[in-house]
Amino acid sequence: MLPCIQNHLDKIRDYTSYQSASLAAATGLATGLLLLISQVTAPAIAMRQYEDQQMALALVMPVARYSNDLIATSTNWRVDGRQYQLFTASDNGAASGYVVETEASGYAGPIKLMIGLDEQLQIIGVRVLSHAETPGLGDKIEVAKHDWITSFDGLSLTNTPENQWAVKKDGGEFDQFSGATITPRAVVNRVHQALLDLESLAHAKASEGESS
Amino acid sequence: MSNYRSIFAEGLWRNNVVLSQCLALCPLLAVTSSATNGLGLGLATLAVMVCANLLASVFQPAISRAVRIPINILMIATLVTLTDLVLNAWMHSLHKVLGLFIPLIVTNCAILGRVESFASKQPALPAVADGVAMGLGFTWVLVVLGGFREILGSGTLFADASLLLGSHFEFLEITVIPNYRGLLLMILPPGGFLILGFMLMAQRQWQRWLEARQHRLQGEQSCA
Repeated sequence: MLPCIQNHLDKIRDYTSYQSASLAAATGLATGLLLLISQVTAPAIAMRQYEDQQMALALVMPVARYSNDLIATSTNWRVDGRQYQLFTASDNGAASGYVVETEASGYAGPIKLMIGLDEQLQIIGVRVLSHAETPGLGDKIEVAKHDWITSFDGLSLTNTPENQWAVKKDGGEFDQFSGATITPRAVVNRVHQALLDLESLAHAKASEGESS
Repeated sequence: MSNYRSIFAEGLWRNNVVLSQCLALCPLLAVTSSATNGLGLGLATLAVMVCANLLASVFQPAISRAVRIPINILMIATLVTLTDLVLNAWMHSLHKVLGLFIPLIVTNCAILGRVESFASKQPALPAVADGVAMGLGFTWVLVVLGGFREILGSGTLFADASLLLGSHFEFLEITVIPNYRGLLLMILPPGGFLILGFMLMAQRQWQRWLEARQHRLQGEQSCA
């Protein structure tokens, strides 16, 4: 740096006013920079999130089954404290299925689930989007590690009786993993609950439609 | 030139962030369940360290000693947030792998430590060199630690490296032990502590052996 500026700085550096001013300037600079970059990157990040969501939806809802913009149909819906995000698929105006995103509470935190259903509320597929379960035990719910999660395919409330929606240890039809029962139990219960909630929502909608 | 050589020797071995300063253990133990994760966090830390050292060195005449710590922390946190945003926007697949670890860089006391003890007292070029050296030193320890845990814990090495580095690096992905059932302990946090302990022990033993040898050589010289 130039010597004259250096000398000048050496003189004023120990003033409290200079110190507070430099701290303020640094904070201002950092804020400005962050604002600028977050403005610049916001559209790109939104785009990436959109792509991510589209990819997650494609896991459980084949693109051939619908013609609408699935993400645009997203609605949040809550039953007794259970939080769902619902996407409604339609093919040329006729309802062709639903995708439900929800969270099960696993052994080590929330397990984010994506459930794809056809218009009869029969499961097309279930996938885990994120989880923090124990590696080697609970993480078999990932389709990349184990095919357990595909045991939901084709099930519905009509073709599977109430008491079968449980892991084998609890008398149901789903396998548990050796050493990890809590994780599959949480997933099974949550998927079952989501189906029940979705069914009552569909009933409510139907009766509303009749009355109006 | 010898100055730069000693900067690199310090960073990579003699004064290694992890092995001899025992800094940055929080992110280190959290992410090294695989070699790829270690490499990712190592490279991200390296980038932030170089930038932080450069800025600290350039602005050192303007920063009063009394407020240097808040300013340095602010600077590092800003750099980390910028890295996070930029990676998320334009290197999204990398961000998906590293995303969780990037905020951990702020908790990395090694960066603040280098800014404080080296960069803020040095011209720009040595400061950058120190950032590179310390960052590389941190990276290799992370990769070795992650590699050991991954081989023992899941029988693979550099799994998913192509997600981090691009499809050209698929050759790195090796299955070391086929049909391995896995040693859960190594993937979980205790494995991190164990392997780190063994690495520290090996480093200390090697250092002690070197010193003993030097002692012996000196003794022989004085006899002759």
